[in-house]
Amino acid sequence: METLDFRFDSAPVSRAADPALCGVVGSGNLEILVQSGDLPNACQVRIKTAARGFGDTWRAVLDAFATTHPAGGTRIAINDMGATPAVVTLRLAQALAEYQGGAQ
Amino acid sequence: MNAPLSRTWDSQRQSRSRRLERAASLGFGKEIPVDRIIDLLEAVIQPGDRVCLEGNNQKQADFLSESLADCSPERINHLSMVQSVLALPSHVDLFERGLANRLDFSFSGPQGARLAKLVQEQRIEIGAIHTYLELFGRYFLDLTPNVALIAAQAADAEGNLYLGPNTEDTPPIVEATAFKGGIVIAQVNERLDKLPRVDVPADWVDFTVLAPKPNYIEPLFTRDPAQITEVQVLMAMMAIKGIYAEYGVTRLNHGIGFDTAAIELLLPTYAADLGLKGKIATHWALNPHPTLIPAIESGFVESVHCFGSEVGMDAYVAARSDVFFIGADGSMRSNRAFSQTAGLYACDMFIGSTLQMDMAGNSSTATLGRITGFGGAPNMGSDPHGRRHASPAWLKAGREAYGPKAIRGRKLVVQMVETFREHMAPVFVEELDAWKLQKSMGAELPPIMIYGDDVSHIVTEEGIANLLLCRTPEEREQAIRGVAGFTPVGMARDKAMVENLRDRGIVRRPEDLGIDPRQATRDLLAARSVKDLVRWSGGLYAPPSRFRNW
Repeated sequence: METLDFRFDSAPVSRAADPALCGVVGSGNLEILVQSGDLPNACQVRIKTAARGFGDTWRAVLDAFATTHPAGGTRIAINDMGATPAVVTLRLAQALAEYQGGAQ
Repeated sequence: MNAPLSRTWDSQRQSRSRRLERAASLGFGKEIPVDRIIDLLEAVIQPGDRVCLEGNNQKQADFLSESLADCSPERINHLSMVQSVLALPSHVDLFERGLANRLDFSFSGPQGARLAKLVQEQRIEIGAIHTYLELFGRYFLDLTPNVALIAAQAADAEGNLYLGPNTEDTPPIVEATAFKGGIVIAQVNERLDKLPRVDVPADWVDFTVLAPKPNYIEPLFTRDPAQITEVQVLMAMMAIKGIYAEYGVTRLNHGIGFDTAAIELLLPTYAADLGLKGKIATHWALNPHPTLIPAIESGFVESVHCFGSEVGMDAYVAARSDVFFIGADGSMRSNRAFSQTAGLYACDMFIGSTLQMDMAGNSSTATLGRITGFGGAPNMGSDPHGRRHASPAWLKAGREAYGPKAIRGRKLVVQMVETFREHMAPVFVEELDAWKLQKSMGAELPPIMIYGDDVSHIVTEEGIANLLLCRTPEEREQAIRGVAGFTPVGMARDKAMVENLRDRGIVRRPEDLGIDPRQATRDLLAARSVKDLVRWSGGLYAPPSRFRNW
């Protein structure tokens, strides 16, 4: 296991509903929990992953997410079982939409 | 003036007569007892012969292959094998046991690693790795078999053969062999007094043997919808909206895999909602994919010609004679040579997957330590410059590639891949493993499956790259990097140039196509399990047991 912590600047999230959980911890998949955070213009992320050594890839995937989505003011926890960047990107979008009450 | 050449003009016929006399002297008639097959093979096959062993990734002459491998290397050796697919352990045994030493073939899926080892040990000499059509073509030029060992469903007493739905490669093999002084030996699953239909006439067949068990058939084209992922659904949505709909693709071939299975299962749902029924995907060169059942039942599909059959699909196919090619006897006749010809010349689009792609768009399924070959993908996945007849899709692609005054059209050759495979192996790479493999094989060319200059579009989870619209090699490279996601080559993109390509519609993101990735859920699939497929077929589809979990 490896634990990774990141913080990205991101436009404030438009609307916050209840904490949102998306995905499952299964092979090639991941679980994402989105909750409210303390920094309105930043998205804080903690990842626990079974696949070691992909810190740079996580940084790039999450940076792209925080740039293209308003995710400021969120705290995101990820439990990963070797999901590909395609799956991570899709789940992040789903989880954020869920967090915003299905809005956007 | 030179004197007329003094030579015999029927040496092949004489050789054939001597072989048949040797068999007759051992008491063999046309029907060979199963326990004497090795005696027959040793009587009619000579050292140095070119032998065609029928076998594709579906039907296999497995009993004859095992019997040949059990022949004495003292009697039979230095054989030159020609065969579509090197798939069974006994195929490789021929080389390990010293019966054969040269191989011309198309594909070697499961035996790829053993084959690579034999090449490195210099125990096998590979003539060339072909596409199916090339290999069939060479059967009629410089690789005509002396002996063909084939598989049929049934024989009658005269030796007429019924091939059943898995006709596959048999017709060209038999024709090349029987008309050039060769010997044709067929293993059959059953002997019948009267055949349902005659696929091969008796006078093209020299011997038949009732195999101890029916010939092996691999259910290669069955994909369980339960394993299709949301990312595959997303890519399928992009392909349907961004390519099938925009070009009005009606005639097509799908490669094997979950990516294209997802498209098949979105036709009755997503594509129908877009109003595309009757406008796309009507005429197919395709094996009877179980995942096509919902599209057929929904009235999307008008016609399907098949390379081979698929385990469990025979009853369903036979009951849909408006769609499939069914004989007067009521069963399908497939034909790989004709279906490949349709895929090469009569289809407007090929869409399939690959394992690696470089920055010129060349793609390969060869990886280090495995020699796998190509099969039919390069026939379908290439633009035939000889094509003359026009169609809307072909013309539109041609004008994108060559400008408004184009004098020819262009086939759509689409590669559909998730940017990373399992275990985070990147699909997009600076250099294909095929180049290293070329060195280790001592081959003249790297084993590239689809040439980059034939590829028209690349679909990944990040978007679609339209290579037809690229005007320079640099644009092409950046268009590929622009959909290569978070792979190292994707992250090395020139961001400004990719944005410029996006402005010009060369790179398109899901949102550019009006697709919200969050709507890519498995709920869009017309069938979400094998059981759903059985239900769609009205109970006619009978999946093999390993695909049943109920």
